[in-house]
Amino acid sequence: MFEALAFYLFAGLLLFSAAVVITARNPVHGVLFLILAFFNAAGLFVLIGAEFLAFILLIVYVGAVAVLFLFVVMMLDIDFADLRSGVRRHALIGGGVGALLLAELVFMLVGREFVPGESLSVTPPGALTNTEALGRVLYTEYAFPFQLAGLILLVAMVGAITLTLRRRDDVRRQDIAAQHARRREDVVEIQKVTPGTGV
Amino acid sequence: MIIELTHYLVLAAILFTIGVFGIFLNRRNLIIILMSIELMLLAVNVNFIAFSQMAFADLAGQVFSMFVLTVAAAESAIGLAILVVFFRTRGSIAVEDISTLKG
Repeated sequence: MFEALAFYLFAGLLLFSAAVVITARNPVHGVLFLILAFFNAAGLFVLIGAEFLAFILLIVYVGAVAVLFLFVVMMLDIDFADLRSGVRRHALIGGGVGALLLAELVFMLVGREFVPGESLSVTPPGALTNTEALGRVLYTEYAFPFQLAGLILLVAMVGAITLTLRRRDDVRRQDIAAQHARRREDVVEIQKVTPGTGV
Repeated sequence: MIIELTHYLVLAAILFTIGVFGIFLNRRNLIIILMSIELMLLAVNVNFIAFSQMAFADLAGQVFSMFVLTVAAAESAIGLAILVVFFRTRGSIAVEDISTLKG
């Protein structure tokens, strides 16, 4: 009973906030509701028993991705009202395609039974915590894909930095090589000053 | 009332549809399109985890869901970087302005 109640609470809030994300007039509100959607999805994951992914979702999405979105939305000076023109016209086509897709998905799912095939890594329920069980397969069976995921993140980081880094000529920058190349005789002059005459 | 796998699958289907609908609805605003893609990936993750925990007792789904998270983070970082660069050069993020290669 409690499980059903929690499921419907999280699911309802998740769908509501997702709907607000795509219809929000102000994109900042959209991003904030995206964060709420991620929180509710994490609640659902905890409910199923996938705690590790729930917290990864919170750390990665709420902590990094959503904040990145918020940062970009606030940093760029965009006329969002102008971008919303034509929403009515698009809503008709989008509603048609969306309804068709939803009908197909639900039609495919309902009344079907899923039989497990040959599974790679069955964990006996209750023997290990979810995090422990994931750790055991992640560093053994999935070691190479895991490394590959790290590589993807590295490439994404390098790509994002090279894309957005720009050299500006109108600001003064520290030039470390020039600083190191300075020599004492170029910049310091020692003068003997006799008292009362000045330089 | 017992929550079964089908509940989660229908939830993910609705969430995915909201994501697709969002792309159609905000066809001019690149930021909301990126957020809609995030919603669709979240729906995929819900599917993966529901199957992994409730149907098959197989951790492969959760491991794969982690890879989906990784790729989603990389995608949004690169996407937003491209967005910032595009805004710098054109002063707009409307999708129909991104047409230089069209000739």
